[in-house]
Amino acid sequence: MDKLVIAGRQFDSRLLVGTGKFASPQVMAQALAACGAEIVTVALRRVDIGNPQDDTLREIDRERFLLLPNTSGARTAEEAVRLARLARAATGINWVKLEVTPDPYYLLPDPVETLKAAEILVKEGFVVLPYINADPILAKRLEDAGTATVMPLGSPIGSNQGLKTRAALEIIIEQCNVPVVVDAGLGLPSHAAEAMEIGADAVLINTAIATAGDPCEMALAFKLAVEAGRRAYLAGPRAPTDRAEASSPLTGFLRDE
Amino acid sequence: MSVSASPVRSSTSIKAVLEKQRLDADTEVWEQRLRQVTARDVEAALASRPGSYSLPRLLALVSPAAEGYLEQMAGLSQKLTLQRFGRTIKLYAPLYLSSHCVNRCQYCGFNEDNAFDRVRLSIDEALAEAEILARAGFRDILLVTSEDRKFITVTYLTELAKVLRARFSFISAEIYQMTASDYRKLFDAGIEGVTLYQETYDRRAYANYHLGGPKADYDTRLRGPDDFGSAGMREIGLGALLGLADWRIETLALGEHASGLFKRYWQSRISFSFPRLRPACGVPTEAFPHLVTDRNLVQMMLALRLCFADAGLVLSTRERADLRDRLVKLGITKMSAGSRTSPGGYSQDHKDTGQFKVDDERNASDVAAMLKRQGLEPVWKDWDRAFLSV
Repeated sequence: MDKLVIAGRQFDSRLLVGTGKFASPQVMAQALAACGAEIVTVALRRVDIGNPQDDTLREIDRERFLLLPNTSGARTAEEAVRLARLARAATGINWVKLEVTPDPYYLLPDPVETLKAAEILVKEGFVVLPYINADPILAKRLEDAGTATVMPLGSPIGSNQGLKTRAALEIIIEQCNVPVVVDAGLGLPSHAAEAMEIGADAVLINTAIATAGDPCEMALAFKLAVEAGRRAYLAGPRAPTDRAEASSPLTGFLRDE
Repeated sequence: MSVSASPVRSSTSIKAVLEKQRLDADTEVWEQRLRQVTARDVEAALASRPGSYSLPRLLALVSPAAEGYLEQMAGLSQKLTLQRFGRTIKLYAPLYLSSHCVNRCQYCGFNEDNAFDRVRLSIDEALAEAEILARAGFRDILLVTSEDRKFITVTYLTELAKVLRARFSFISAEIYQMTASDYRKLFDAGIEGVTLYQETYDRRAYANYHLGGPKADYDTRLRGPDDFGSAGMREIGLGALLGLADWRIETLALGEHASGLFKRYWQSRISFSFPRLRPACGVPTEAFPHLVTDRNLVQMMLALRLCFADAGLVLSTRERADLRDRLVKLGITKMSAGSRTSPGGYSQDHKDTGQFKVDDERNASDVAAMLKRQGLEPVWKDWDRAFLSV
């Protein structure tokens, strides 16, 4: 399979996963193993980032996974920047999933503060993966600011609604030169496959795996769906048309000549 | 139903909202509306989008007619809570600072008329208590005090918080009411959540139970959450003390209160607590005609969850262990454990002079083990002091 490349680093898996909402760190670890992910995001507010013996962190093998700290909970650029700096100071990891979500209910990202924080963090040498609404212009502005990816949402985080923003995602995928990771709202493997089929470079899943009846099986299902969607995209899917094209009803008679 | 579904403007004060709906005064008309709810109304409420609020919807869900639908409500609540919060329960512990009080709240063990040996902790004593909690694993601490403004001053609280920040990732407070500018001082010192119960939204009951002290003014009390919401608090805690008035009507008032706060302080999270009146020293429960049964409590919890998908639902150790063990699966998102409800209670035994009697006496690790057995992750830390600017 072709590789995902973010900030010069290669990954075989195009499935990124989150670590919240699991019944235990052990269940989380099993799901991580099952889905083949190589990038795992953790909320800085949930873990004790400086402590390798933290219940969640010790289940994440740093040889195998790239640990991607996220700034979830930050209401402003200032808070997000502070969290990112703290995480880097404590771990040496300079990758950060930038989340500025001032509304604690739908957790929608603040575009103004996100851009502001991204500009600061890029200047400070961070590899920045910003979570954004599916806004093509914002995606370009972030790319110009030097972010490593853009991570537009499919629908509000945790909502399992799938690709409600599909039309805008298609524009982002068409226009962006950095990898596009569809980040939120994907509730089913078919949603993930759809995102990959339209050309997303990767997807990030958390709630749909963590809250499934069997998180391990669901993790595997997402792995397969992401691979299927990517293969389909590379195979050059035909665009759907509004009528059948089984034959040539108007000119078919010409064959008889 | 004659209840208007049109949402109130977010700029309308809660006082105006309650007065307009007569939720603060006219129990008869609301009792009648509750009785008029039919099974069909309940089914319609259950069929509409789970987690969204309207007064008619909440009315249907807290009605006597909805009692026949508890199992269905529980299923919806469980599913919604799982989706929004995952398989997690946050754990916190209260730290009582003082039992000296100038209020005369008839239901409270700390009321001024009650004769017992009152205690107030120095900052050092409070820190020693907090250390016991930190060693037990807690990172989320709730500072609690009676109305002891002379001793537990704003400066006391900010000084204490500045030291606690090193050990605790989230500090909140359940304290006497302050001004918005004092709340802002607490916020800047690292106290990022405030809980202030209205106790009862029924004006008549409020007057009957609050016989003296600054807290006796209903309207002042009602302004509190707006004052700490505008001070930037990340967590806004609401509640009615269950047992003072009809719980169904209290829930409706709570819904209206929360709904306005949600719109005004859209960057803050709102939580509901369910304090049921418990026996306390010198406070006989027989004096309270509106005591709430387990069934009522569950209905209230479920109804609020089905109207507020993302609200925190908080459960204290007032409740029995066996009941708490069941409620964690139905929508609760945060609970206390191993609580002592008198100042100094963690280092010394003051069991009989607490604010209320604790029922679930299990310690923190027992409660954490119970959660794990039920497939839930006990969450000790869900915030970080790196969010603080100082």
